Amino acid sequence: MQEIISASGISKKFEAAQALKDISFEVNESEIFGFIGPDGAGKTTLFRIITTLLLPDEGEIKVLGLDAIKGFLELRKNIGYMPGRFSLYQDLTVEENLNFYATVFGTTVKENYDLISDIYSHIEPFRKRIAGKLSGGMKQKLALSCALIHKPKLLVLDEPTTGVDAVSRSEFWDMLKKLKQHNITILVSTPYLDEAMRCNRVALIQNGKILSIDNPQKIREGFSRKLFSAKAPEKHKLINALREYPGTLSAYPFGDSVHITFHNDEFDDSLYEHLKKVGIEKTTITESEASIEDRFLELMKKGTTG
Amino acid sequence: MKRFLGFVKKEFLHIFRDFRTLIILFGIPTAQILIFGFVVSTDIKDAPVAFLDFSKDEVTQKISDKICSSGFFKRIDNLQNYDDIDKVFRKGRVKAVIVFGDNFGRDLISYGKAAMSIIADGSEPNTATLITNYVTAIVTDFNRELVNTSSAGNILVQPEVRMFYNPELKGHFMFVPGVITLILILICALMTSITITREKEFGTMEVLLVSPLKPVHIIVGKVLPYFILSFIDVIMILLLSWFVFDLPIKGSIILLLAETMLYILMSLSLGILISTVSKTMQQAIFISFLGLMLPTILLSGFIFPIENMPKGYDWVSAFLPPRYFIVILKNIMIKGTGFLYIWKETLILMIMTTLFIGLSIRNFKLRLE
Amino acid sequence: MKNTVISVKNLVKKFGSFTANDNLNFEVYEGEIFGFLGANGAGKTTALRILSGLSSPTSGEVIVAGFNAKKEPEKIKKNIGYMCQKFSLYNDLTTRENIMLYGGIYGMRKASIKERTEDLLEKLNFREYGDRMIADLPLGMKQKLAFSVAVFHEPKIVFLDEPTGGVDPITRRQFWEMIYETADRGITIFVTTHYMDEAEYCDRISIMSEGRIVALNTPEELKKQYDAGSVEEVFVRIARPPFPPSRSAGFHAGGQNRAETKPPSGGWGPGIGEGVLE
Repeated sequence: MQEIISASGISKKFEAAQALKDISFEVNESEIFGFIGPDGAGKTTLFRIITTLLLPDEGEIKVLGLDAIKGFLELRKNIGYMPGRFSLYQDLTVEENLNFYATVFGTTVKENYDLISDIYSHIEPFRKRIAGKLSGGMKQKLALSCALIHKPKLLVLDEPTTGVDAVSRSEFWDMLKKLKQHNITILVSTPYLDEAMRCNRVALIQNGKILSIDNPQKIREGFSRKLFSAKAPEKHKLINALREYPGTLSAYPFGDSVHITFHNDEFDDSLYEHLKKVGIEKTTITESEASIEDRFLELMKKGTTG
Repeated sequence: MKRFLGFVKKEFLHIFRDFRTLIILFGIPTAQILIFGFVVSTDIKDAPVAFLDFSKDEVTQKISDKICSSGFFKRIDNLQNYDDIDKVFRKGRVKAVIVFGDNFGRDLISYGKAAMSIIADGSEPNTATLITNYVTAIVTDFNRELVNTSSAGNILVQPEVRMFYNPELKGHFMFVPGVITLILILICALMTSITITREKEFGTMEVLLVSPLKPVHIIVGKVLPYFILSFIDVIMILLLSWFVFDLPIKGSIILLLAETMLYILMSLSLGILISTVSKTMQQAIFISFLGLMLPTILLSGFIFPIENMPKGYDWVSAFLPPRYFIVILKNIMIKGTGFLYIWKETLILMIMTTLFIGLSIRNFKLRLE
Repeated sequence: MKNTVISVKNLVKKFGSFTANDNLNFEVYEGEIFGFLGANGAGKTTALRILSGLSSPTSGEVIVAGFNAKKEPEKIKKNIGYMCQKFSLYNDLTTRENIMLYGGIYGMRKASIKERTEDLLEKLNFREYGDRMIADLPLGMKQKLAFSVAVFHEPKIVFLDEPTGGVDPITRRQFWEMIYETADRGITIFVTTHYMDEAEYCDRISIMSEGRIVALNTPEELKKQYDAGSVEEVFVRIARPPFPPSRSAGFHAGGQNRAETKPPSGGWGPGIGEGVLE
């Protein structure tokens, strides 16, 4: 398998803040590789380095076999890039946007239509509409079509699903999956941890550092404890009560329940009694599978406590 | 090349799709010319004039009758002495006073020439100009008649024109060079800087940079439409001034257009330079407005004569390209002088253009900051 | 018996021939965390504007914090708090100045503002950040502060727009705990969000589609009802218009036809164009 990106020891500093610290990773051919992390983790900076828009302070980076620093002009021909804000001309129509990007990359819409047809067909009925008047989901599809129009070997998508509703998001991931058939490697970033499961491999990133790189299932399995999930109507009380219980290692809200770990990975009836004492009558506690978010939390805590 | 043309096409689409851009491109120049023009040149009809006739002979009678029967002027008063002139002007009763000296008729016959004065109210420079032009024309006509009817030949009435309040009469057709200078800097510098920063702000610049498009394509592609459109603008302004206001272009039109192209090039490179130092459209507008528009209006000699500026301001004005272009335009259009009289200004503009282009190229980044 | 703090009956909002809110009916109770979900252009923003007294309903009765949205919008504004992800705090003011500013806007007494500002800084563990510019604070901190400011004047209801989008998992947890605690104090939390993960934390959620409320229940019940593993799945299932035969090809037809009927919206973009507003 060919390496599409190999980066080692990438660091980048801005005036005040260290954006990236010693980042190393590899991306293989035809995989969907996700950078998952909160805002300000350094995702955009890293993507700009990969797309040759920024120079790293330190480290080496090879993209598509080319040095991203020296070979940037050659490299730019083979990358499809979709920046955080959908880079569309708001005053041009859908069709004009697509045609423009096609000519800029020295191709035509016709030539690569089969590649984008799946995506573009959704918005084609509106090809005469001004891009500024499209909904978020449609803008996203158009921006993706534009990024794909020159049949790039590497597609770099910076937070493509931010600000887009859940339906469009889900569709978007379906589309990315289909693109894999065309031998396109996809690098994607997102702050939404639940989207990690849609990637082949992910890197969890926080404060400019990579916490973990693996396939999402393995990352979940990396959770080092037995995880339990507790439910009761009085959530706030429940969290506090669980934290007071001596056997508890951690308790934190998670969706409609509270996730708990125990010092010895198990609990007994004394927990129910403890909860009853503070007035929480109905509690159901079940063993639960850790999610990416649980693992992310665990890794973050480890990082902060050394 | 196809890439480049695609880019230019896109720029034209941006321009023609934005109502505001179109207004700035074509609405404002037309409006400015028309407003200035009409404020400036109202046709005169029955303009009130007074006569101060020290001769009161046959010839002065003939001339004043000719003036009053033309339909342009109406005799309001006959003055007795020079002090009255000031009085009637102060009261605002007349637009001009026509003065015939002593022994006008006799002088004309004995010496073949006689002096008359047209004293106009210079606080309305344009009306004043028109009035003096009309009176002069009427007197010239009188001269011609005189030559034809008399055998003496070579007899001339020489009207001497004097202005009250604004002796140099700045403003006469001055607005056309001023408007061209202002419009060009507005369109070229302001609009190009906005259109480039807009791409930065909307994030499209990121994609353009990552594309195989070369920076020179991006810049030239941005600038070319504005070059063409502003050139069309200049021609539009000239035609408008010519047809509507009879503005003469005394010098060479080819020289005028060549100098205009140089100035457009300078403004465009200035616009690119502004865009390389501003991150947002707001910033670009701010710099263009404060740094270019206001100084052009105030300090370039467009409205206030540079000779009358306090020390220091004229010094600042020396750094303003519009200042030189106004001089060039005035020379070609109004004075009708040739390149020999404006080579210095042209050279300064050329140096500035080269400087701005150089700085822009140095500042234009292949990457993000 | 639970106290009702928001009561919406037969709410209709029209813009010309376009119906942004089509007969909405729901109630929100005191101390409840209520999730208000919907796709782009489903009519969420329009409804939110009416609830917060910024816009008047075409017909129907809307009572918020005891006041009628049509007749007493100014009184509503005094009794609600608002926090949106993008803007809430002034970046060029310090933490302390921001808090005091909001206290002043809501007409609190000077002495009480001062005292409560210090209390708040203490409680958030922000003492040392009191005189720092907001711009210099980390995102998570800003978010917590923005929320505290939104409830500083003890409103009856606080509206949150995507409150935890983009923050790290630890901050997110801390944030939800703050929300739980606030709700325990009896302040109603009204959350609008794109982010279905956030919806899981709410007591009850409503899902809007095409200007109507198509589901309203606890996340757990909804998941049971639709046999789904997450609110996201529920959402994707019901926010899709009913007719598309194939999953990917047909879906957006509905959404787009709807978009097609959108009137051109001006600068104010009356909510109907959530997509347009972006």
